[in-house]
Parts: sequence; structure tokens; C-alpha cells
Amino acid sequence: MRRESALVSNPVLTAIGLKKSYGGVHAVEDVSFDIAPGAIMAIIGPNGAGKSTTFNMVGGQVKPDAGSIILNGRSISGLPPRAIWRRGVGRTFQIAATFASMTVMENVQMALISHRGDLFDMIRRAGGRCRDEAIAVLDRVGIKNLAERPCATLAYGDVKRVELAIAVAGDPIMLLMDEPTAGMAPGERRDLMNLVARIAREKKMAILFTEHDMDTVFAHADRVLVLDRGRIIADGSPGAVRENADVRAVYLGGAKNGRRKAEQPESRQPKKKPPETDPSESKAAKPDTANAVISPAKSGPV
Amino acid sequence: MDFSFIVIQTLNGLATASFLFIAACGLSIVFGVTRIVNFAHGSFYMLGAYFAVTYTPMLLGVMPGFFGFWFGVLTAALSVGLLAILMEVFLLRRIYRAPELFQLLATFGVVLVVQDLVVWLWGPEDILGPRAPGLSSFVTILGQRFPTYELAMIVAGPLVLAAIWLLFHKTRFGVLVRAATADREIAGTLGVNQTALFTAVLFLSGCLAGLAGALQMPREPANPFMDINMIAEAFVVTVIGGMGSVPGAFLAAVLIGLLQAFGIVIFPKITLVLVFLVMAVVLIMRPYGLLGRPETVGAAPANEAVPMPPFDAPARLFTVVIIGFLVLLPFFADDFTLKLMIEVMVFGLFALSLNLLLGIGGVVSFGHAAYFGLGAYGAALIARHFNAPMEAGLLLAPVFAGVGAALLGAFLVRLSGVYLAMLTLAFAQILYAVAFQWVEITGGDNGLIGIWPSAWAAERLPYYYLTLTLCTIAVLLLFRLIEAPFGYALRAGRDAPARADAIGIHVARHRWLAFTLAGVAAGLAGGLYVYSKGNIDPVSLSIPISVDALTMALLGGIHTFFGPLVGAAGLHLLKDFIMPLSDHWRFFLGALIIALVLLFPEGIAGFFRRHASWRKAGEARA
Repeated sequence: MRRESALVSNPVLTAIGLKKSYGGVHAVEDVSFDIAPGAIMAIIGPNGAGKSTTFNMVGGQVKPDAGSIILNGRSISGLPPRAIWRRGVGRTFQIAATFASMTVMENVQMALISHRGDLFDMIRRAGGRCRDEAIAVLDRVGIKNLAERPCATLAYGDVKRVELAIAVAGDPIMLLMDEPTAGMAPGERRDLMNLVARIAREKKMAILFTEHDMDTVFAHADRVLVLDRGRIIADGSPGAVRENADVRAVYLGGAKNGRRKAEQPESRQPKKKPPETDPSESKAAKPDTANAVISPAKSGPV
Repeated sequence: MDFSFIVIQTLNGLATASFLFIAACGLSIVFGVTRIVNFAHGSFYMLGAYFAVTYTPMLLGVMPGFFGFWFGVLTAALSVGLLAILMEVFLLRRIYRAPELFQLLATFGVVLVVQDLVVWLWGPEDILGPRAPGLSSFVTILGQRFPTYELAMIVAGPLVLAAIWLLFHKTRFGVLVRAATADREIAGTLGVNQTALFTAVLFLSGCLAGLAGALQMPREPANPFMDINMIAEAFVVTVIGGMGSVPGAFLAAVLIGLLQAFGIVIFPKITLVLVFLVMAVVLIMRPYGLLGRPETVGAAPANEAVPMPPFDAPARLFTVVIIGFLVLLPFFADDFTLKLMIEVMVFGLFALSLNLLLGIGGVVSFGHAAYFGLGAYGAALIARHFNAPMEAGLLLAPVFAGVGAALLGAFLVRLSGVYLAMLTLAFAQILYAVAFQWVEITGGDNGLIGIWPSAWAAERLPYYYLTLTLCTIAVLLLFRLIEAPFGYALRAGRDAPARADAIGIHVARHRWLAFTLAGVAAGLAGGLYVYSKGNIDPVSLSIPISVDALTMALLGGIHTFFGPLVGAAGLHLLKDFIMPLSDHWRFFLGALIIALVLLFPEGIAGFFRRHASWRKAGEARA
């Protein structure tokens, strides 16, 4: 089901007038949107458009300077990530972050134990907790066979799946995914996004994701929000956004058939490897620096 | 306090500041470029003093007067610089990618080795150097006499600062140093020859430390305690100034110099405390020092994601065997062995409590002796001043230490990495200073004596079983804690803090609680220790005790359950074996630490575990 209109009745999440600046740089100026339950919404835009900042404000990693974010009728603006998670928002990171000293199973158990509020239990062993549920979650994301593997030994594509398993472990009402397919091979991208879409449908989970790969966006999103220089320049169905003149101007510099051209850098992307070598960098709340797959004509303005 | 007095004290403070700055800025530069906290900087300083008192009289014999003296100082500084190059090439170069704790420990190994070498080469007596020709008299300022050498020193500090500024802004070397300090990753991509840069930086810092030591010549004789006295102050200066910032170090040196000059007049009792207190306050308000900048994320190697082995059937069997062995030991061991084993158990608990922070939480506590000492002094103080029995002492020791750890922990969890390590060190040093200076209550240097167990535990045998019982309970509880969700959440916060936060884990709160509990366990160890010895002195709060705990944990392997216990037994028994055989146990201990860091970066238990897994893999393949 695709929505042609940006207006949503009964949204799961509403963002109103979000603002954030770093020093003198306005990363995000006046961004408002809402998301219907079960909807899959993509945020796109050139480098420095404010995607990651917007995204991190919803997740709680970045505090908005102004504006509010309402989840299911309650404000979550300015809350720390852990509190937002408890309200039912799971997320994945641009560079997948998992607990590398634990097995795949333990990673998921960790999230489930937290979901049950047992983090301060000092007596009962963690290893035996929530096992069946953890197996079920791993099964859902298709990595049940990896359950006992230490996370540090996994291929990057599998790490991304483990992270997805962690993020959906508590059955959140909303899932945030920051560049879910970055660093993955094209085949892996499709599989992962199909999986995410299926989980969203089954669990009635709303999904908000940022993405550089336009194929992924147009194949899976049912609504696309386009940011440029910290403002929304388009908001609507993939079809409508694709035809939008402003969007074409920002992205393609007016060139026809730019989409095909834009896909070419993909082949340069390494397979099964993160684009940056240092995973710890993902923690920094910075405007993203990953190469813009579709933006050969115009680089980031910020 | 009249005006002339204030002027003189200000001048005194500024002279001290110059010394502090020259002594400390090399430490800061090295940290900025290599991210290594170089404990051996104090040894460089001491060697500078010893070289100076050796060379200068000889040179004065050849060319008396001005040139002889300053040639001596200069030669001493350059000699130390060359030794620093040796250390860089043979030790530091091999451990740049190692966890920061291993680096700290390796440089502390150098401290121990140099301490013994200095005594071996120059003897234990102080060696007085010649005075500076032309600077050995007084000038009169506002009716007060002030040494001309001190006046010259007030100028020397800013001169060195200016020289470093010129070096850093007018030479290619300086540009590279600043680039590397600002962002090591970027500097690495600029085609900078890192090896040469690091060697050069160590040479520079060695020269500066050597210079500071040599300049000390007319003020105090060269003595084998200079290194530790200086390194503690140098840490304070670099941390307050912001690690890696030379102007920051200067600012901090002036602050500390003046504080000491006036503090000694206004609060003569608590000068030592005052310095560390200022550092703690600065760090709490500015977590990266006055002019420091946040450590670049990812600049240090990411937390080693070493998988923790499960506490499986073999581990349980091992536990039972060890407990069984300890229970049966008194039937075939003599009194001395029992005494030794009591200490091993106490230090085992102490090392394990540290490892809850270190290995599980990824929190580098460099002043863990604070909680051991708090427990020990807590028990001893209520025994001495309130005639409390041993039972009350052993109950209060963990409470005392736990409260101390909880208070400090509340500030600590906001800091990270090396600053956190330095604040834990500062806290331990504050307690050390209190125990040392508050003579009426703590007995000062002599400590408190006659702290004996209750009658039923007065003999060695019952006290052995008491220790065994309490240590076993505490160790098993700690093991369980690590296996339980609490321990997992701690590890999650260490592995990936942002990820942990995004699944509802309040990382800071977990760390704080872990800090408190580690304090409780260390306090119990301290309490058991004091009743086994019958006395306690400030040494139990000192840096070497903290380093012992770190060595034990790292020696055994911090990503294992038994590692810290194995390490404690290994190190303590080894010390006991070496000390009677040789006066140079420090040399051996230092060499041992260095060798361990170079050979087994994952600890002994970790090494065997990996070895075992190789064998398993080999069998699976066959």
C-alpha cells in the first residue's frame, strides 16, 4: 500500500520543527514529518543534508535545539537513547555496532534481558535467560545457525543482521535504520531489505531509514522524505518524489536519466566490508561522510 | 602576611612552576603524539640529575666557571635523550597498538628497572652537585633575600616554553608533532614517517626531563626517590593542563607552583592533598583539562573484543579443586606457607575486584590501592580509636571502601580513558597524603600498629580459614556477578557504548555500581590484610600497590575468570621467592613486567586458553 499524501492520521511518530546547529552550521532547520504505523519511510538527501542529524534526534543520540518529537502521543524529545528505546524505538547504526565479546545469541539475549528490566540482576546467570525468545528472533532474521558464533568472527553482512536482531528483539513499534545496506553487496542489500519489510509487515512496525542507494529506497520505501541543506524539499511516494523537479535539481543537476548514471559507483563498493575501517567512528554524531552514491553532480553544501 | 612576603612567595611559586613545567611538558608532548602515558618520564628526570652531578664536576675541572656548569647540564639532558631513544626503539615501538594499560605498565616496568640500576651505579646515598657559577648568591627584594639561581629559573621556564613554541611552529618536525597530536589518523595518511617521528618525540621529551633533573642540581642532591616524587606532580600538571597541550602544561605548572608556595603557608598540613584536590576539581569541571581536547574517538585501539569464556564445567571443577586444595593445605603446610597463602588470597580478591572494572567494565582504575587502603585503614582506625573488635572491623572495611568508591565513582563515570585513570590515581594519592600527613589520627608514616584479630582467630590456622571463607564467598559472588545480566551489561557498555545505550542500558549507572562493588571487595581484602599483619602504613595506599593489582590482573589475563587470581598467586609467590635472594627485586620485577607485556599481551591465562584452542582446532582438523 502506498501513500500519495504526506498527511497521516494517527501517526506513530510525529516530528515538529526540528532544529540543530553545530557551531555556526545549521545542520537541520525546521524539519517536520510524521510516520503511520507499519509504514516504511526513507530519508534521503545529498551529503550534509541533515539526514543523520535528523535521524539521531529521533533516536536520542543528538539533542534537538528546538522542536518536538512525539511517539504515540508522548513527547520523547531530548530523552537519552535508552529512554527512547524503552518507549519502543529500536535502531541500527550506520556502521553496525554489536557486542563483539559476546556470541550472536548473547547479543540478542542482552537486548531481551534489558527489555525485561533485569539488567541489574546480579545473581541468576545471563546465559540461560530468554534463550527461546532469542532463538526465535535469530530465526526471524535468518541467522539461527550463527547463534553460538562469537560476534567478532562474523562477516560484515552477518554483523548487520545481528544488529537488526538486537534492534527488533524487544518488538519495538518503530525501527530506525541508519544506512542499513551500507557496505553490503547488492544481493545482500536486497535480501536484507526484503527481510526488514517482512518483519515490519508482520509486526506492524514502522520503519524510518536513511539510505544512499536509490535502488533500495525506491524498491522498499512507501514514503520518501528528501532533505537538502537541513530542510525538507519533498515528501511523498517514491513515484512522486522521483518526478519532483526540486529533487531532480538537487540530486541530478537537471541531467536526464541520472539515476542510471548514479548507480555506477556501487560497483566500487567493497563487498562484505564496512566503508570505513574504524567501526568506533560510528559513535560520533557527525554529518555523514559516506560517499553519495547518487550525487555526482552536486556535493554536500555543508 | 605583609606585601614583601607575598612577593617572595609568588617568586618562589613561579620558580617551582618553571621546574614543574620543564619536567612535565615532555610527558605531555609524548602523550599527545604517541598516546602513551610514560611513567618512565620520572626516571628520565632522575637520570638527568644523576648524570648532571657526575658530568658537571668533571667538566668544571676542565673548564671552570660558567661553561663547565652549563655544558654539564646540557650533556646530562642530551644523554637522557639518547636513553629515551633506546626505550622507544626497544620497548615502546613494540606496544603502540597494545591496550593503554599495557603501555602504562610497561613504562612502569622501566621505572622499577631504573630505580635499581641507579642505586647499583651510584649507590643509595644522596649526591650533592656543584652550584651554578655566578648564580650561587642572593639578591635582596623588598628587604627579603632571594636566591639568584631561583630567579634564573623563573626565566628558564618561559624560555623553554618559547623554544618549544618556535620548534613547533617554525620547523617541519614541529608541524608534524602538532598534526599528530591533533589527529593521529590524519597524520598517518599524510605520509608522515611515524617511526621516526615517535623516536624524535621521545628524544625531545627525554632531553626535557633530563634538563629538569639537571637543573635541579643546585637545589637538591640527586637521590633515588626523585622519580616517583616528580612523576606524580608531572601527571598532575599535564592532566590539569590537558594532556598533549604544552601551553596548558605551563598554565597548570604556574597554578600548582603558586598553590604550593602559598598552600604551605596557609594550609601547611594538607599541601599534598591540596594539589590533588585541585586536579580533581579541574577534571570534574573540565574533563579534558584546562586546554586539552577530547580524545579523538578511535584514536586508541578499540576495546579489545576478546570473547569471555563461559564459566563451564571445567571451570567449576577447577574452582572445586582449588578450594579443596586450600582447605586441605594446613594439614601439610608449615606456618610460613599459611601466612603466604593468606596474602595470596587477599591479593587475589584485590586483583579480581580491580578486574571487575578493568576486564569486564573496560574502566581503567589506576588507583585501586585507594579502596584496599580505605578498607585497611577503616578497620585499623576503629580498632585503634574505638577499640572495635575484629568482627566489626571486617564488617566496616568493605563499607568504608564502598562508600569511598561510590563517592568517587559518581564523578568518575563522566570521564573516559586516560583522564579517568588519572583521576583514580589522584584519589589514591589524596588518601595517601591524608594518611601520611594526618599524624594524630593515622599515625603518619609509621601507620597504626597492634591491630590484631579477636582471640578465636588470633592463631594462624583459624585466621587462615577465616580468610579462606570470606575470600571464597567474595570471589564466588564476583564470578556470579560477572556471569549475571549485570556483568553482561557492563561488558556491553565496554564493547559498544552507543549500541548499549540504544537497547536501554544506562552505561554510566552500571559503571558506577561496578565501581562501588569493586571498592567493597577491595575493602574486604584490605580489612583481611590489616588483621593478618597487625599493622598498616601509607604504603598500602601507594602507587606500587595499585600497580601490583594491575600487574596481577594483566599477568593472569583480564578477559578470564581465574586470570586475576592466577596472576596474584604468581606475582606474590614470585616476589616472595626473589626478594630474599636479591637486593634487586625491583629490577627483576620491572624486567618481568616488561617481558610479560612484550611476550604475552593477553596475559598468562589468556595465553594458555588460546594455546588450548589452537590445540583443539588442530585436533578438529586432524
